[in-house]
Amino acid sequence: MSLAAPSDPAPPPRPASEPAPETGPSVGGSDDDAPPRPPFAQDWRRIARMGAIGAVGQIFISLSNMPVKLDGRAIIEGVLSLGYLSLVVLPLAAGSRVGHQLRREGVPFHRPGAHEVVGGAACGALVGGGLSLLAILIANFNLREPLVNWSPILADLLAFNRGTAFAVVIWLAIGAAVGAAAGLLRVVPPLARRVLWTMVLTLFGAAVLESLTTDLAEGMGIEALIDWFYAPRGGLTITGAIALAAGSGVLALVGRGRIKGAKARIDALEGPARNRAQGGLILATAAVLVILPMFAGKLTNELLANVGLFVLLALGLNIVVGLAGILDLGYVAFFAVGSYSAAVLTAATSPRINPELPWFVALIGVVILTGLVGLFIGAPVIRMRGDYLAIVTLGFGEIIRLLFLSDWLSGWFGGSQGITNIPGAEIFGLAEVAGTDPRSVFYLVLAFCAIAIYVSWRLERSRIGRAWMAVREDETVAEAMGINTVNVKLLAFVVGAVLGSFSGAIFSAKVGSVFPASFLILVSIVILVVVIFGGMGNIVGVIAGSAVLIGVLGGPKQPGLLAEFSEFKLLIYGALLVWMMLARPEGLIPSVRRTRELHQEELAQDAWLRGQTEDDHLENGEGRS
Amino acid sequence: MEEGAPPGGAPRHRPHDDTEQRAHDGAPTGAPRRRGLGARLLRPRTRVDWFLTVIRVAVLIVLVVGFAAFIAQEIDPDNPFARWANPDATGLTGPQFRGLVISGIAQGSMYGLIALGYSMVYGVLGFINFAHGEVFMVGAMTGMITSNKLADAGLWESNFIGSLVFIVVVSIIVSSLTAVIMERVAYRPLRGSPRLIPLITSIGVSFFLQNASVVLLGPASKSYPDVPDWVKAKHTFLQIEGAKILVIVVAALSMAALWYYVDRTKTGKAMRAVAEDAEIAALMGIDVNRTIVKVFAVGGAMAGMAGILWGILFRSVIHTTGFLPGIKAFSAAVVGGIGHLGGAMAGGLSIGVAESVGPLLILEPLGVSGVSQLRDAVAFSMLIIVLLVKPAGLFGERLPAEDRA
Repeated sequence: MSLAAPSDPAPPPRPASEPAPETGPSVGGSDDDAPPRPPFAQDWRRIARMGAIGAVGQIFISLSNMPVKLDGRAIIEGVLSLGYLSLVVLPLAAGSRVGHQLRREGVPFHRPGAHEVVGGAACGALVGGGLSLLAILIANFNLREPLVNWSPILADLLAFNRGTAFAVVIWLAIGAAVGAAAGLLRVVPPLARRVLWTMVLTLFGAAVLESLTTDLAEGMGIEALIDWFYAPRGGLTITGAIALAAGSGVLALVGRGRIKGAKARIDALEGPARNRAQGGLILATAAVLVILPMFAGKLTNELLANVGLFVLLALGLNIVVGLAGILDLGYVAFFAVGSYSAAVLTAATSPRINPELPWFVALIGVVILTGLVGLFIGAPVIRMRGDYLAIVTLGFGEIIRLLFLSDWLSGWFGGSQGITNIPGAEIFGLAEVAGTDPRSVFYLVLAFCAIAIYVSWRLERSRIGRAWMAVREDETVAEAMGINTVNVKLLAFVVGAVLGSFSGAIFSAKVGSVFPASFLILVSIVILVVVIFGGMGNIVGVIAGSAVLIGVLGGPKQPGLLAEFSEFKLLIYGALLVWMMLARPEGLIPSVRRTRELHQEELAQDAWLRGQTEDDHLENGEGRS
Repeated sequence: MEEGAPPGGAPRHRPHDDTEQRAHDGAPTGAPRRRGLGARLLRPRTRVDWFLTVIRVAVLIVLVVGFAAFIAQEIDPDNPFARWANPDATGLTGPQFRGLVISGIAQGSMYGLIALGYSMVYGVLGFINFAHGEVFMVGAMTGMITSNKLADAGLWESNFIGSLVFIVVVSIIVSSLTAVIMERVAYRPLRGSPRLIPLITSIGVSFFLQNASVVLLGPASKSYPDVPDWVKAKHTFLQIEGAKILVIVVAALSMAALWYYVDRTKTGKAMRAVAEDAEIAALMGIDVNRTIVKVFAVGGAMAGMAGILWGILFRSVIHTTGFLPGIKAFSAAVVGGIGHLGGAMAGGLSIGVAESVGPLLILEPLGVSGVSQLRDAVAFSMLIIVLLVKPAGLFGERLPAEDRA
């Protein structure tokens, strides 16, 4: 037992106000770790606080009806459903969090041991106890009046149909077990932890992707294999789950370090070799994206097309927010203008003017119109301070929708009835793209995404791109360097607008009708969440963000893979936005530059801790992630 | 700051940098130093300036022509100018106009109450708390739940005033708590980060609260219980509905109480000090965190009060209730000069009156049909126009120390 352990059973809880100075490369190797703490010398107040917060969270999740709604979606047949999964996530997180120690200079780092397991179990039991409490409350009070989900169905689900007393005991036990497991994860060696996580994530991923894989398998004619993995009523079969877990575990054991090594090797390449490697990767991705839809059915293609539309929107917003640093909350306006102008130019049914142009010709008009609208909106707002700009663009987004909706302009745009019977896009007489054939829509979207990716990629590395980033980082300095900040920002606004209008034009051809209700501000916010989640300023990040969020949870109106989530996806988007801003503002796949901007202070602190000078601190630390 | 400063402690005279500060922060970033109005209008520097000048002139022309047409049609709907502007002009009768102004004032005083929260938070932390509109929604929802429970118990009819006081107290507590938790969870860890980060966070919080209301309370619109007859009847020679009198009186009282709190109590003094310069206030022995929590609590209380008034006036709430009033209240805070409490109230009243009268005063005479649909568009346009013409607001804005530079 070390000297520090009895007197200082746990590191003081980190005040949430200070940014997390996570482990830097220089601090504490495993050699100087202190021995494990005794199991029952816990920081009980911290456990109680976290447990109470977790319990409130559990009650919120239950009352939001998430468990009941998601219970229909099985993860492993007969064993675990998504609904019950939603109830064990919090105990797991709390149990894991309780055992978290910061590696800090001068503070001993205790090797994890029984202490973590006991702490995790205690905290998990408290979190699970939230559900016990809820079960008692539901049995004794009726709050159905304001809380719509205060129902016997929920009580039965909590009690596994066995009465309130059982619910009370079982949820304490489940919470403790899950929390202890989370604590145990801290104790086991890193390799075992990685293998376990890989197995869990593989199982979850396989269950989430069920409809996608089934669809693809049918296209490729290997239903038999899939039938073995998936139960007829959804979810993995038990044998399938075991096989998948074993397979992924073995892969994780064998493949450990391989992926990282390959990535490091590619990063280490220089010049043409590196370009070749990257080109190869891009070609491979493109090939997969072209071939995959041929085997996929209608639903999968529909999903892919929706994801593509949002990739296009997100890439456009990425130029505005990610590169130029202009927080545009009314981005949906350009989507709306794109859709409406395409509709007016192509549809025979549009009220006032109906030139019935072919789609590609109309696209020229769409680009010009949206560019003009972008200029018109951009010019007044571009000089405003960032936060005013955000609200004013939001105002413009709402004004545009209200104008499309109003009786005043209904002679042009059909008011609340919108414009219907919009013909599909005809591509040079080769193919007709319409909503009835989602595969063609996907190919069209893919082509435009490719254009958008190329444009953003080239722009990012051009003089204009560097000017955008300079403006984003410090406008005054950028101006002093001779950049015409107004023109540069306006250009970003217009380029973003045009990319958004492509998406709008495809959208109107795909859906075949446009209504003002499709262009609520909430669309803007969802695109913003996608961009921030993926990683502002990073093309790959933005694409990954759209694929994960829109693909799995779904867009504002479009269902995703987890269609059961449709009621909760906006809630999750909101929580995700807050959480990303607090924990990882640079996004999942961050742009290196952006990370440095967001973590300047922490990097400086790390450098100071290591005794390095100010000059080279940007080359090390978290900026490299 | 000297004692007995005006509400919100807006400094009337800051000897050192008043004009400097306006030049740097009042105007949008990167703008040239302010010259005289004439010089700015006559010698635009860039194409964007030209464009802005054109927009400003166009807006001015629309306003003037619309107003002139309104006056013309008020004099005689058949005179040639009014006919030219709008062939179907009818003009407004006196009572109609009066009714519009009064409902504008009633709504405007609610916007003003919400705007106080935006304004105070902006004054202290320097970011727009986008989720403040949702705090208002939470207040209205709490009022709906409590009043329906009271109505079930029969207390709502038998003792209306007592129940009203009760639901106000409950809703103030709940919405203050919401605001304080919001600050603790989402904003406090972000102190000192770039300004857009807390703004984006607050958008997330707003989204979360809205949808939390959907999943917990259901997506349908919910109504307040029926109010007694005297609230629905029209009173005095002005024929104002009782609910509107109630709203205006309660808003005025809350405003007075807030003014007393911020201007005359020690906590208020601490708030003003933190708004002036948080670091120095901390050196003077003020607990900055506590003061900021109090600012959120007070702002939340005002929003909760506004929520109840909204419920009494419109008798129906839904999860999106907070969004538009929130944006409009923010506009009100900007119109009045953000960070300035009296300005927030004045801004609220002007936004309220403008959105209720504006469409009929300016747009209808110009022949725009279906003007009442454009109410919200008018409110947003007003925000945009104010930010274009006078970004510092009518009363001058007051920014936290780090923004003055």
